[in-house]
Amino acid sequence: MARLSTPPAIRLCEVTKRFPGAAGDAVGGLSLDVAKGSIVALLGPSGCGKTTTLRMINRMIEPTSGRIEIEGRDVTRSPVAELRRGIGYVIQQVGLFPHHTVARNIAAVPNALRWDKDRTTARIRELADLVGLEPSMLDRYPDELSGGQQQRVGVARALAADPPVLLMDEPFGAVDPVVRSRLQGELLALQARVHKTIVLVTHDLDEAITLADRIALLNVGGVLEQYATPDDLLRAPANEFVERFVGGDRSIRRLTLATVADLPFAQGPVVDRATATADDARAAMAAHRTDWFGLTGDGAFLGWVSRAALDAAGEGPLADLPRAVPAAQVAATSTLRAAMEIIMTSDTSVAVVDDGGKFGGVVTLERIRAALAAEPS
Amino acid sequence: MLAEATNPIIRWEYLVDEWDQIQTALVQHIQLTLLAVALGLVVAAALSAAALRYRWAASPITTFTAFVYTIPSVALFGLLVPYTGVSTTTAVIPLVGYTLLVLVTSILTGFRSVPASVRDAAEGMGLSPTRRVLTVELPLAVPYIVTGIRVATVTTVGLVTVAAIIGEGGLGRLILDGLRRTFWTPMTVGASLSIILALLLDLSIWSIGRALTPWARGRPSRGRSRTGADGRAPAGGALAAHAQVGAG
Repeated sequence: MARLSTPPAIRLCEVTKRFPGAAGDAVGGLSLDVAKGSIVALLGPSGCGKTTTLRMINRMIEPTSGRIEIEGRDVTRSPVAELRRGIGYVIQQVGLFPHHTVARNIAAVPNALRWDKDRTTARIRELADLVGLEPSMLDRYPDELSGGQQQRVGVARALAADPPVLLMDEPFGAVDPVVRSRLQGELLALQARVHKTIVLVTHDLDEAITLADRIALLNVGGVLEQYATPDDLLRAPANEFVERFVGGDRSIRRLTLATVADLPFAQGPVVDRATATADDARAAMAAHRTDWFGLTGDGAFLGWVSRAALDAAGEGPLADLPRAVPAAQVAATSTLRAAMEIIMTSDTSVAVVDDGGKFGGVVTLERIRAALAAEPS
Repeated sequence: MLAEATNPIIRWEYLVDEWDQIQTALVQHIQLTLLAVALGLVVAAALSAAALRYRWAASPITTFTAFVYTIPSVALFGLLVPYTGVSTTTAVIPLVGYTLLVLVTSILTGFRSVPASVRDAAEGMGLSPTRRVLTVELPLAVPYIVTGIRVATVTTVGLVTVAAIIGEGGLGRLILDGLRRTFWTPMTVGASLSIILALLLDLSIWSIGRALTPWARGRPSRGRSRTGADGRAPAGGALAAHAQVGAG
């Protein structure tokens, strides 16, 4: 509700760009609102105008027509250098200044703003810590750093003057997949601390799904095909183009979006050792059509007991029964995809949810399937 | 036999007897060289700025400097005498002209070597155009410009000797004197000192360039910014030799 009263961090109104001599529009009448503190991915095939769109926000490219506002203010109303100093800018090739040390690279905007030396030095230290750079790196030249480290410096440099908005053009496109996924994780952790409004250009659906709160899927000519959360984009593609872009395995991709904790609680054939009787255990097995049941004690899962073990023990206390059936466990924070992997390789086709040491219910393939089929609440 | 006995390659008494004349020639040689290169740098900077600023100007400017470079130096010194007389000006104008091709080329190459991503980042972070040129593009162009200045300087040291034909020319006057009198000693002295001067100036400029580019030092050859700064570029010597042949 608050969103309705405050203007979006970035608003594009009917923005069109046609380059001189081009046959068609690079971007055609694009309207888009980016909520404050969110990450929006501009996603699409090459030629869809995603980079052009990004570069119109900081006026590296001037729109042919239309209007762009940052926090309610038309970008053409402030001098271009001033506007850009309020917008962090990160590009694929990083573009660090090779003749400046890492520290001086990070200080580029503070120096242009003529901050005093102590303030700049303190800010450099703070940013190095924020993006995970060793202080010893600060005196090196960019060529002495790995690709991943250079990209961290690029992010630190963009954040130096604490701009509310960050534009990122394929920021992790030039690093290898292992480093890329680590940098993506770092960006999310960073965003949880700094709450910037981030517009990110990517051609990688998985990257958009991993990072973005909302995805703007663009078609050639800068036509917005769908603007939705990653889950909505995968669950309900707006048209054939979107469906083809997200691919036939979109259900599988959705598995990486939800965690086990998002599923409704399921008790499964599990009883508490303090209160349940042997009959309760038999009833639980009958209800779930299993030959084994689980025991909990003091809220924690203890293990699986086989029907054979129950029958052999007669009417003794359940707590004394051998818990011989191997139990597969998943953390409540695991993705559904990870849970699925564990269930498929378990003996029981059931994974027990470990919610910070407490029994958090059970997960089965059927429950995951049902969750994907259900409309989100 | 007799002539050879009395006219060796070098007669050491000459150095003592004519020391004042040698010294004057050497000082004039250095002055002409530095003046020509300094003025050449100013003119080349202006031409390069125009070529970088206005794309259409780049081609005419490089063509012009290349044309100047093709004029035989003896002819050019002579051609100016009716207008500017036998003076330092007459010597300096051609010397400046011959530095332009290499200086303009090296300045343009230097600025064009700045990676597009670096320009893009500098612009995108909101640095003013002046700040971008002075703190980003110029420093990155320095290794190329220094190489150009070295070639221009070595070339000029050689060309100054040619200016002797119009009564200027520093060490060239010793060489010319030796030739006229078939007396080898002044020629040997003039030629040797020219070579030593060229080498010393080249070394000095190289050292200055190295001091200006600490980022381009002592690292494995990765990246492109230090191509012209590393070591004593052999291309410099080859270009200088070619320049003397072409212009002389």
